Amino acid sequence: MSSNPSSLPTVNRRTFLKSIGTSAVAVASVQVGAMADEINKAAGPGPQGPDAVPITLSINGEKKDFQLEPRVTLLDALRNHGPLTGAKEVCDRGTCGACTVFIDGKLTYSCMKLAIDAQGHEITTIEGLGKNGQLTAVQQAFVDCDALMCGFCTPGLVMAATALLASNPKPTESEIKRGCSGNLCRCGTYPHVIKAVLKASGATVTETTTVTNYGSVA
Amino acid sequence: MAAWPNPSEVLGKPATRLDAEAKVTGRAKYTYDVQPEGWLYGMILRSKWAAAKVTKIDLSKAQAMPGVKAAILTGGENRTVRYYGQELAAIAATTKQACLDALRAIEVTAEPLPFVVKEDDAMKPDSPRVFEKSPNVSDPSVREDGHVDDAMASAAVVCEAELRTQIQLHHPLETHGNVVWIQNDHATVWASTQGISSVRDSLNGAAGIPQSNIQVLCDYMGGGFGSKFGAGAHGRIAADLSKAAGAPVKLMLNRLEQGLAVGNRPSSIQKVKFAADKDGKLLAADVENHGSPGIGGGGQTAGGGGGANISMPYIYRFPNSRSKQFGVALNTGASTAFRAPGHPPASFSTESMMDELAVKLGMDPVEFRLLNDPDGTRQEEYRDGRDKFGWAAKYKKPGSDPGPIKTGVGCAGGTWGGGGGGTKAEVQINSDGTVEMRCGTQDLGTGSRTVIAMVAAEAFGLHPSDITVKIGDTNLPPSGGSGGSSTTASVAPAIWDTCQKALETLQQQTGVADARGANWSDACKKLGVTPLSAQGQWQKGLSSGGAGGVNFAEVEVDTETGFIRLKKIVAVHDCGLIVNPLTTTSQINGGITSGIGYALYEERVMDRYTGLMLNNNFDSYKIPNIADMPDIEVILHNKPERGVIGIGEPAVIPVAGAIANAVANAIGVRIHSLPITPAKVLAALGKVPNVTTV
Repeated sequence: MSSNPSSLPTVNRRTFLKSIGTSAVAVASVQVGAMADEINKAAGPGPQGPDAVPITLSINGEKKDFQLEPRVTLLDALRNHGPLTGAKEVCDRGTCGACTVFIDGKLTYSCMKLAIDAQGHEITTIEGLGKNGQLTAVQQAFVDCDALMCGFCTPGLVMAATALLASNPKPTESEIKRGCSGNLCRCGTYPHVIKAVLKASGATVTETTTVTNYGSVA
Repeated sequence: MAAWPNPSEVLGKPATRLDAEAKVTGRAKYTYDVQPEGWLYGMILRSKWAAAKVTKIDLSKAQAMPGVKAAILTGGENRTVRYYGQELAAIAATTKQACLDALRAIEVTAEPLPFVVKEDDAMKPDSPRVFEKSPNVSDPSVREDGHVDDAMASAAVVCEAELRTQIQLHHPLETHGNVVWIQNDHATVWASTQGISSVRDSLNGAAGIPQSNIQVLCDYMGGGFGSKFGAGAHGRIAADLSKAAGAPVKLMLNRLEQGLAVGNRPSSIQKVKFAADKDGKLLAADVENHGSPGIGGGGQTAGGGGGANISMPYIYRFPNSRSKQFGVALNTGASTAFRAPGHPPASFSTESMMDELAVKLGMDPVEFRLLNDPDGTRQEEYRDGRDKFGWAAKYKKPGSDPGPIKTGVGCAGGTWGGGGGGTKAEVQINSDGTVEMRCGTQDLGTGSRTVIAMVAAEAFGLHPSDITVKIGDTNLPPSGGSGGSSTTASVAPAIWDTCQKALETLQQQTGVADARGANWSDACKKLGVTPLSAQGQWQKGLSSGGAGGVNFAEVEVDTETGFIRLKKIVAVHDCGLIVNPLTTTSQINGGITSGIGYALYEERVMDRYTGLMLNNNFDSYKIPNIADMPDIEVILHNKPERGVIGIGEPAVIPVAGAIANAVANAIGVRIHSLPITPAKVLAALGKVPNVTTV
């Protein structure tokens, strides 16, 4: 399908409601004018786009202005217009968790949220986790337990683990599995992620690797 | 001959990664994250037909759209496309949205052609041909030793089955892609790759740039698993777009394209017949395999990395054996190397049949393997792993668990070649004692950056964090691609040699007899303004090839739902000289996780009627999740006298075979095809009709 953004029809709820209001002016202009104002208020800010519109996001405690088409996702805005590239695009479909951020402290897949809808909320990305260059306990535990390989899923998993410990400071292994199951890793770091979250919670982590020394092999 | 120090200070002790902090903070910059000034998005228009004769591709509307800076054809207009996903045209534009709009505005005129996307269909005599001039099924590659038919006739026990393995997709989390910037007669390429040199080599001549003027960079990359060598068709397209637009172009594939067009693990349909004498000694093997590399190989597969041939019979010694391997062409994307190419399907089928023989003979499966496995390394591993797993207490007659939820155990083995070579390195030592190691290798997430620092720290008596490591740049001394589990065995010896040469020079220049450790700082101060520089290369005696590994698996199968819960996996691996037990364990955990996906969940599904792939993202192509993880116990067999070896590929090989055997042991019926889904379990138990290929 060929689509030219500027040729898209512009009929929408607001203009439709306005047109009702206008046609009614001749009948009872005062009341209807007041009613149209009410209707406009109820309809919210009205249609946006398809061209770029001003969008203001609060990211890691700082307000930032963007000029974005309303169809731009929060992930796209952060990565390609931010540019904060810690959150990764992997599935772009809300299945892998690599793009995880906090919105008002709540875990959110940023690929499933439009940037325009994230206005008025506090967004925290992986870049906003540590203070003054210090690693958080979760980040340090990921380092210590080698809970990362290629590292592409790591920012998302660190966010998920951080949120889990915020709501459940002493999770069991099965609670960790549940809490981190929204994040996929293809290298297979999962066993070390479980250890890292246990360690960050203050639990004792047992070593399950044995090194056996052998003599020569023919 | 060069030798590793014994005892060692750094090698063999767990070390956290040099780049771990960059990864947990999101600061690590992957190719996906690179954004040079003025960069454009690149995207590819791909065939929506499984086969078609293309006659016209009209770019004019796309070219005129806002934000579009280049629109190009990726081949001629008049040509035949042979799979869903084949490249047709490409766009460079200022935003993702502008690219998507422009792709939709390209008009392609084509006449659809007959196609075939299922192995069973392609093998029929009246099937549409993938390549007009050759049949879909290749001539076989045949190997025969001894007298198979006579041995089969005289054998006390014979087991026979058709075993099937699926097409598995690599799906690294960072998709394939490059950022290419053509400026005059130079190209700068950021590549998500397992081989920076291979990217430069494959871009030779792209956009008219000679190889010497191409610099390839890869600081961080998000996984490859065998599929990321060379620049790919998409790399050359990015180069053409960059030249046409006069700007840097970032062309990263999306998840659908990742599944369609950049490789997969070939399928196999294996008719296998094994025979043994009454004492359990293996007598004969007869194997016929039909595997599909998609359109790869032009209907003729040669085996190896991308081909569909597998090494059968696997690991055991059969005095009489016959193997026939056929390649089956399909109208689907070509296969490519995938973590231990050819080995997991061979281990699955061989080890499945080994267990069937053991059951028929009334022998314990581990004893049966100890009797027949010619490899001393695996013999040690079976004995060690059997005890740690608690095999004697856990193994019981197949299907003998009472109640609807049944537990079972299984084991399997694998082998791998590996080995090292062909790497050069350089070190610069400054008067303030700082050290920079330089080597044109790359870190796939295996920890090679950290290995380099550890080896240098061992040589200089320093801590790994004292070493700055520069890798991932073709302007550095060359190393090979990271494939075949060869990186550590190639790089570590070259770093050691370089450091030894540096120590000699340091002694000559400063007069300090032993500059290592506590003397380092004082010795380096005497260097003065000109830094010390030394070069070295891979040396014999510090690495070796050949690795064996075995797995033990315990599962719980719900015979009412068919659901399989993995309880435990014990993995025992020969690791040569263990450089870093922490990252080695990560590698083995990773191999097990990948093997679990192969055994239980993953399968590319093609639609027979449209030729399209049906499961194009992680919502429908299921990879293992953290909640699927069993208890994993890793046992590393440290053999320092072997030098450094690789572990990435050995780790994945025995997993599916061990799980399949555990499932059969639990329910008393064998499932002969991967992945072992609940539907197949219920069908094997006679509770639902058998599901043949969809």
